[in-house]
Amino acid sequence: MLLALYTIFIYAPLEKTMGVIQKIFYIHVPSAFLAYLAFFITFVASILYLYRKDSKWDTVAHCAVETGVVFCTIVLITGPIWAKPIWNVWWTWDPRLTTTLILWFTYVAYLMLRRTVKENQRANLSAVFGIIGFINVPITFFSIRLWRTIHPVVISSRGFNMSGPMKVSLLIAFLAFCFLFFCILMSRIRLERSKMRVEELNEIIGVMNIKK
Amino acid sequence: MNSEHYIEAKGLTKKFGYKTALRNIDIFLEQGDSLVLFGPNGAGKSTLIQALCSLLQPTSGSIRIAGYEAQRDREALHQIIGYIGHQTFLYPHLTAYENLKFYGAMYAVAGLNERIPEVLGLVGLSRYRNDIVQSFSRGMQQRLSIGRAIIHDPMIMFLDEPFTGLDQQGSEDFIKLILQFRDRGKTVIMASHHLHLGIELCDRVAILKSGRIVYLQDVARIPKNDFKRIYSQHVGENAPALKVA
Amino acid sequence: MKFFPKLGAIIWKDFISELRTKEMVLFMCLFSFLILIIFNFAFGSSLKFEPGMVAGILWVAFVFSGLTGMGRSFSMERDRGTYQGLILCPVSPWTIFLAKLIGVFLFTTVMEIITIFIFSILYNATVLPFLVPLALITILGTLGFTAIGTIFSAISATTKARDVLLSILFFPISVPVIIASVKSTGIILSGKSLSMVFPWLKILVGFDLIFLLVSYLTFAYITEE
Repeated sequence: MLLALYTIFIYAPLEKTMGVIQKIFYIHVPSAFLAYLAFFITFVASILYLYRKDSKWDTVAHCAVETGVVFCTIVLITGPIWAKPIWNVWWTWDPRLTTTLILWFTYVAYLMLRRTVKENQRANLSAVFGIIGFINVPITFFSIRLWRTIHPVVISSRGFNMSGPMKVSLLIAFLAFCFLFFCILMSRIRLERSKMRVEELNEIIGVMNIKK
Repeated sequence: MNSEHYIEAKGLTKKFGYKTALRNIDIFLEQGDSLVLFGPNGAGKSTLIQALCSLLQPTSGSIRIAGYEAQRDREALHQIIGYIGHQTFLYPHLTAYENLKFYGAMYAVAGLNERIPEVLGLVGLSRYRNDIVQSFSRGMQQRLSIGRAIIHDPMIMFLDEPFTGLDQQGSEDFIKLILQFRDRGKTVIMASHHLHLGIELCDRVAILKSGRIVYLQDVARIPKNDFKRIYSQHVGENAPALKVA
Repeated sequence: MKFFPKLGAIIWKDFISELRTKEMVLFMCLFSFLILIIFNFAFGSSLKFEPGMVAGILWVAFVFSGLTGMGRSFSMERDRGTYQGLILCPVSPWTIFLAKLIGVFLFTTVMEIITIFIFSILYNATVLPFLVPLALITILGTLGFTAIGTIFSAISATTKARDVLLSILFFPISVPVIIASVKSTGIILSGKSLSMVFPWLKILVGFDLIFLLVSYLTFAYITEE
């Protein structure tokens, strides 16, 4: 993982056409893809949980949201940092940005839900919200896009002509970030499982103490 | 078919987060049986009753009642169950009559127009049929709750400390009701703190402690007046002061 | 179909309770009235009210006061201790959801009718010539957001922080409905050609159908404990 990250920074100096700021692109694009992928994982895991009632899937769904919200935050921060010098605005209400913002809110709502409901219903309710939230994403995207076509579009969507080395860089960065994402996700899942195991053991010990 | 019991719980476990309320409980009852559950507070009596009547889903284990499983045959199962719990399930802004009319409609009771006055009479609330439940005393609400639970003439009654709030007359009426119920071959499962009453009304006894059944016996096999001692023995020094009226 | 009488019974029960207390509708109407007034101050009196903007104000009033009603549909059952009684009845969870949805929808519609009336006075908006398309959009949009609101009301009623949680869950998911409803209403009120409303109509209908389907598939899981 570290190796992959290091690779980005070795390759990156090759591209200096737009200045240092442009390099954020290598973080921004993969993060965006992963933010949406994470929620897709949550969607599938939620459905599997409701179907199989195996708490393993609930753990996957929940960890995917936590990982996803991190990447989504990265997207929302790197976006404006990149946009300001280039387009001279911090924010536009274009479909992609706005949908990502709504996605971020959906993530946060999911996490708030998990914090407030009782343990025995937590998995069920989170799964339902995970499903509803994900289905809402494409619908939101289309309605915002429809909305934007009616208003004059201030900034046209970005279309780059990327030179060869830049494309390679992007690909590597992309792979590196995917790798990073899955590493974080897996460690988070492992951490969660250990936590659950520890609490189970605590409970067993507690009961044994009562018996004495 | 192999010997399938009328009410069958196998390996029933219920956890709330990491707290285990019921541990690996097995219960086998036939139609017409009556079981009373005793145990200290927090033993899991209410949890067990709620799990059996499908208000709670077991964390693991299986429950079959009259051949029905909770999720698969939900409506059929609910049709034959009556439940009285800590909450009355009554709508405060509706009258006694309207509450019974609502539950009667939900349970698709035939001949509801005759059944409601009949039930009101059974629980001694005929005079209050058009009064808003909010104006009822706790005892009256409990009576109406009993009416609500029996309106569809269920095959099985799940009772969780049903005598709470009832006055002397109310308790006597309810005892009569349970005995009538049993005479007609219905099944009763009751959780109670009243040792004496419980043994009078039911023919099997179970004592629950920390989510386990620590004692299960037919009432007929218990020596008279010995039960209080047996109870203290199983529950230990931390047994609360029980009502033996 | 056997479930109609039971559906009707739940709706009747909620209706009678509401008739006797008038809690929901009264509060919803007062709240929406308040919102309409506040927006006037928020935007300043010098601003000319164009249809696109007032449509937004109208829907903010609908949604925010609708939320108070939606929140109560299940939290009321929980607070009065009747929720488990309902779950224990031989009726599918989706029937309960549908009955609650219809109840909330009807009460919200009453509030909306009153709100539109007040709105047309406060903002000097001509509404009468557009009544039919406006009613159509209002019904579809209201159906959409009350459906989500009812699902999330059932979810958040289990918690202590129910109103806050309801809002947090509700808003990200209701974005499409709100956008579509506001846009269509703006188009209608400005007297433009109704064919411009069609794409929004498609989104509204699609949203309503999708979420009714999703609720059908998942509501049973919400009632499990």
